[in-house]
Amino acid sequence: MNGAARGASVSLADLEKRYDRTNAVDGVSLDIRSGEFLTLLGPSGSGKTTTLMMIAGFETPSAGDIAIDGTSVVAMPPYRRNIGMVFQNYALFPHLTVEDNIGFPLKQRGVPKAERTKLVAEALELVQLPGYGGRYPRQLSGGQQQRVALARAIVFKPRLLLMDEPLGALDKQLRENLQLEMRRLHADLGITFIYVTHDQEEALTMSDRIAVMNDGKVAQVGRPEDLYDRPCNRFVAGFIGESNFLPAVVRDLEDDVVVAECEGVMVRALCPTLRPASGSKVTLTTRPERLRFADAWNGNAPQNRMSVTVTEAVFAGERCRYLLRATDGTSIVLKEPSSAAIRRRQVGDQAEIAWSVADTILV
Amino acid sequence: MTGLGMMGARILPATVVGLILLFLAFPILVVIVVSFSSATYLTFPPPAFGLKWYDAYFGSADWLRPTWLSIWVAAAVVVVATLLGTLAALGIARLPRAARVVVAGLVLSPLIVPGIVVAIGIYYAFARYGLVGSPVGLIIAHTCLAVPFVVTSVSASLAGIDPRLEQAALSLGATPRATFFQVTLPLIRPGVLVGALFAFITSFDELVVALFISGSGAVTLPRRMWDDLRFQIDPTIAAVSTLTIVLTVALMWGAHLLRKHAERQVTKQA
Repeated sequence: MNGAARGASVSLADLEKRYDRTNAVDGVSLDIRSGEFLTLLGPSGSGKTTTLMMIAGFETPSAGDIAIDGTSVVAMPPYRRNIGMVFQNYALFPHLTVEDNIGFPLKQRGVPKAERTKLVAEALELVQLPGYGGRYPRQLSGGQQQRVALARAIVFKPRLLLMDEPLGALDKQLRENLQLEMRRLHADLGITFIYVTHDQEEALTMSDRIAVMNDGKVAQVGRPEDLYDRPCNRFVAGFIGESNFLPAVVRDLEDDVVVAECEGVMVRALCPTLRPASGSKVTLTTRPERLRFADAWNGNAPQNRMSVTVTEAVFAGERCRYLLRATDGTSIVLKEPSSAAIRRRQVGDQAEIAWSVADTILV
Repeated sequence: MTGLGMMGARILPATVVGLILLFLAFPILVVIVVSFSSATYLTFPPPAFGLKWYDAYFGSADWLRPTWLSIWVAAAVVVVATLLGTLAALGIARLPRAARVVVAGLVLSPLIVPGIVVAIGIYYAFARYGLVGSPVGLIIAHTCLAVPFVVTSVSASLAGIDPRLEQAALSLGATPRATFFQVTLPLIRPGVLVGALFAFITSFDELVVALFISGSGAVTLPRRMWDDLRFQIDPTIAAVSTLTIVLTVALMWGAHLLRKHAERQVTKQA
């Protein structure tokens, strides 16, 4: 299939949704490219679903604009927007067979019966449920129902597909299978996907880009690895993956590297977004799996080093998880791949840890 | 516990429940038995059995005319009350919470206000417009009484529908009208049908309002039965009652089947 030109581009400009006194969505601006898989990721109440509902047309923005392919759709009713949508609870019509469920959008568009039958069969093929057309939704498992919902949302060839926590109600195994399948569908169809989830792992696995939402605002937008490696604020660092937060005081600035005093030693950190003044109090963040005990680097230990005491040691199969205490009392988590060849630390051990400047971010 | 004791523990409640049911059903059983009596007066137990009083009923225009009138009035009430009640339920469901309570209360008020009060009110209001003694008057009055049943039944159906089904239909390109006819209406259909059955029974069984406004020109079956009891008593009344009971039980059974069907449809398989 020719994917490149088929996806719609979506542009949100200063989008707001106010309820009484609270701002569910508070000034969201986002440009979603044609054919992109963009995920709105955030905790519940962050405004991600409300944003999606405004794109679908079920909520009216209090302010701002939504444009699809450059045309504002704010005044357009949902049934004219030609957007596919998949709901968390599937929202299959219980009184219709699978075939009639999937044929529903085609029927609304006046597609003749014979053509409809053919397209429905193709859609069922695409979601790997051929031969299920005659069943009723209640006769299907949750995963099968979600596939039918997916088929129904793409059978009329929309250029934009919205998904509201579509895998939320499924168990882990099934969820992982469907994640891969959705990636495959996205690649095959070439249409734009906007996906809402609170599951960061799901977002990291599936998305081209992720918009992390918090409190009605976009906290950061970027590729999964950008968000993981270069979180630009404390919320993103804490919400995506696990992070250590170290209080520090800025002592010097060299190009894009800041030198800060942290737990009695000098630590270098990247500051991609902020330019803090010398002497200001800041927070540095590092990932637990990017820290190592200094002797594990085999003499190539990177610049950032710190003395710690082991306060907790947990063997978790593929890795060991240590809780460490720095000189000023800050707790630090370190995750080390386990190996019978590595000496495991005991509670109370004194040790030195080391990690790279590239893995240290000022937030 | 011994086997005997266990049996006692089961038999005792079963006996009590059986006696209560018998107590409730006994008058109905007596009526049914008497209707097959061969005697010319009401007596129990009947001396012999026969279909004499059914013959009397089916052979008498005095009985058949009110029967047909009751059926026609009830049928008209079904149409009007089901339409109005369904629309009212749909409207009420879309009101803001505070307004919903007030409007639902108003619609249901005929159920709350004592029947005799409603009947007197209707009588005075209708007398002014010449609606006393006319089938149209009966249809209007019975519709007022039947609408609450339709609203209650349809509202219950509506409450069971996931609002996202309507959103899904809209997102798939169905206009609000198409969404209503292809999604909402099929899903509330059992509720609408149950409401319609209740509307029929409400009108068909109704006596108090009919006493006031049926006059001499629009005598319904319950009214005719009432008159019969007052002026003469013969077992025809038992035959009529039995037929009415059979019809009502059949309709209630139908309503029950519809409910079960609806529950089956809504129940999701895990």
